[in-house]
Amino acid sequence: MNLVLIIAVSLSVSAGVWLLLSRDNFRILVGLAILGSAVNLIIFLGGRPGTLIPPVISMDAEILAQGAASPLPQALVLTAIVIGFALLCFGLVLGARLSRAHGHADVTRQHASEPLAGSSDDPYKPKVMD
Amino acid sequence: MLLLSPLLIPLVASLLSTFVSGLARQAVNLFSSGLLFASACTLLLQVADHGRQSLALGAWPLPYAIEFVADGLSAIMILLVALVSLAVSIYQIGWKESPEHSGLYSLQHALIAASMAVLLAADLFNLYVWFELMLVALLGLLTLGGGWRHNEAAFKYFTLSMLGTLLMLASVGLIHGSTGQLNFDALAQVSRDPSLGPALTVYIGMLLAALLLKVGAFPLFAWLPASYHTLPAPLLALVGGLLTKISIYVLFRLTGQVFDIGMLREALGWLAVVTMVSGVLGAAYHWDLRRILAFHIVSQIGYLLLGLALASPAGGAATGFFLLHNILVKTNLFLIAGLMWASMGHYDLRKGGGLYPAKPLLAALFLLSAFSLVGVPPSSGFWGKFLLLQETFAQERFVWGGIALATGLLTLYSMSKIWQECFWKVHPGTLSPLSPPKTAYVAVITLSVVILFIGLYPDPVINYLQEHTTDFWRDNS
Repeated sequence: MNLVLIIAVSLSVSAGVWLLLSRDNFRILVGLAILGSAVNLIIFLGGRPGTLIPPVISMDAEILAQGAASPLPQALVLTAIVIGFALLCFGLVLGARLSRAHGHADVTRQHASEPLAGSSDDPYKPKVMD
Repeated sequence: MLLLSPLLIPLVASLLSTFVSGLARQAVNLFSSGLLFASACTLLLQVADHGRQSLALGAWPLPYAIEFVADGLSAIMILLVALVSLAVSIYQIGWKESPEHSGLYSLQHALIAASMAVLLAADLFNLYVWFELMLVALLGLLTLGGGWRHNEAAFKYFTLSMLGTLLMLASVGLIHGSTGQLNFDALAQVSRDPSLGPALTVYIGMLLAALLLKVGAFPLFAWLPASYHTLPAPLLALVGGLLTKISIYVLFRLTGQVFDIGMLREALGWLAVVTMVSGVLGAAYHWDLRRILAFHIVSQIGYLLLGLALASPAGGAATGFFLLHNILVKTNLFLIAGLMWASMGHYDLRKGGGLYPAKPLLAALFLLSAFSLVGVPPSSGFWGKFLLLQETFAQERFVWGGIALATGLLTLYSMSKIWQECFWKVHPGTLSPLSPPKTAYVAVITLSVVILFIGLYPDPVINYLQEHTTDFWRDNS
């Protein structure tokens, strides 16, 4: 079980990083989504996956049985999924608005917030060159 | 209840602002900031009298309950955040830069609530959740402008911050997986157990990397000067003054009290000096007032990281003092930049000028904060740098100290560039006939008085910090 999870994590991390390095608004967002899933799997790994003993404390005991699944990481994953989903939706809307405004989704050609040197509002040129 | 009031007051204000409009919304903004400041003062007094306050939520015993803690360091940070938020609220009365969006105050107070919760959280996962909420609120504020540049700035901020929070979440999961704990106190005991092996150091390194991205350290600071400058002046002051410093506070607590970062200290120190230099060089070659100040945030973060890398009780007190001074000065400089914009009609230094004869009071206020940022005696920045460099040289880190001194000179250069271009030079066109609102001056003068006071009487603040950071880096001294 652990081995399967580890392979899944490494595959999704590599896919996520590959997509994040792209120059396309939407590929970056999909990359973040995949990376987010990989991270959720990592947390899930901490909850002793694969065990068949449920995380229920029996009537005559104070603590969980030895080797029982840990419920906490599952609660953490749930919180992380909710937050990640909300942020991803926001990011997708943002990406859609950007690509519609520019007519393309190429981040290297989106310079409204940081004008390039040589453009009409060049941020760097010293006054003496006017 | 008092412990949670810094979190609850802005949260209620955030909800209330969505239900009311117009003047009532402004009243909520001002009233809640005032109330927040009063409750922060009370909390500080209580912590000073009775020591550390803690509250465990959920019907579980510690360390499994969700714990909120206010000790000396977090109480004074909460007071400063409340002070800055009050100053920004006063500044906002009558500030007309762009049409006021109906979601503005709601998001602003949500941001303050999340920052307060980060300062109070004593649990790694809780910390992560509030960091995410800070991110959500700031993303909302960044996109309120609605223009291309706002959305672009928000996208850049979103991508890098999201990467940071994912890294943080992964490291939290891994640390929990290997130690079984999330509570700070429990982690402080468990993580020093040598049987955990070197893997834990890697996980802590991941957590540090995530937080270094959030504070804007080299090489991942590009999001900061790319996004902050699209915010309107009062929000820029709030965000630029607070957010990265709150992440520094978290680093301060985690490296000082919770984890022993051991050999990562050396790397942190070198990262600190590179951050210092790259920030100030970015500031030196830009002409937009806001972007110059945004690069200075990065540069000042370098000093704070240097203090953390020194990892000694004296370094801790110095970092704490520098942190407090930096929040005040940075916020004030951004607020002053807004006033300069209102008079010159431009943030571009090349197109501005003529402020010294027209606005002598503004010139005096700028000089005070600029000198404080540079560290000219006897300003608050002088004491911050003095304490920091004293400890750096005491630990025989001469290269780090030398670079920190040189960075001070470059800071002076870029501040004198602003002075020369905006105040001394004759304005190429005509100054804007509009006068910025008087209330904005009230906010700036209040902060300036506090900065001046800390500069002239640093003793009470330094003594307070020395007293309350004695248990930081205990093992190293």
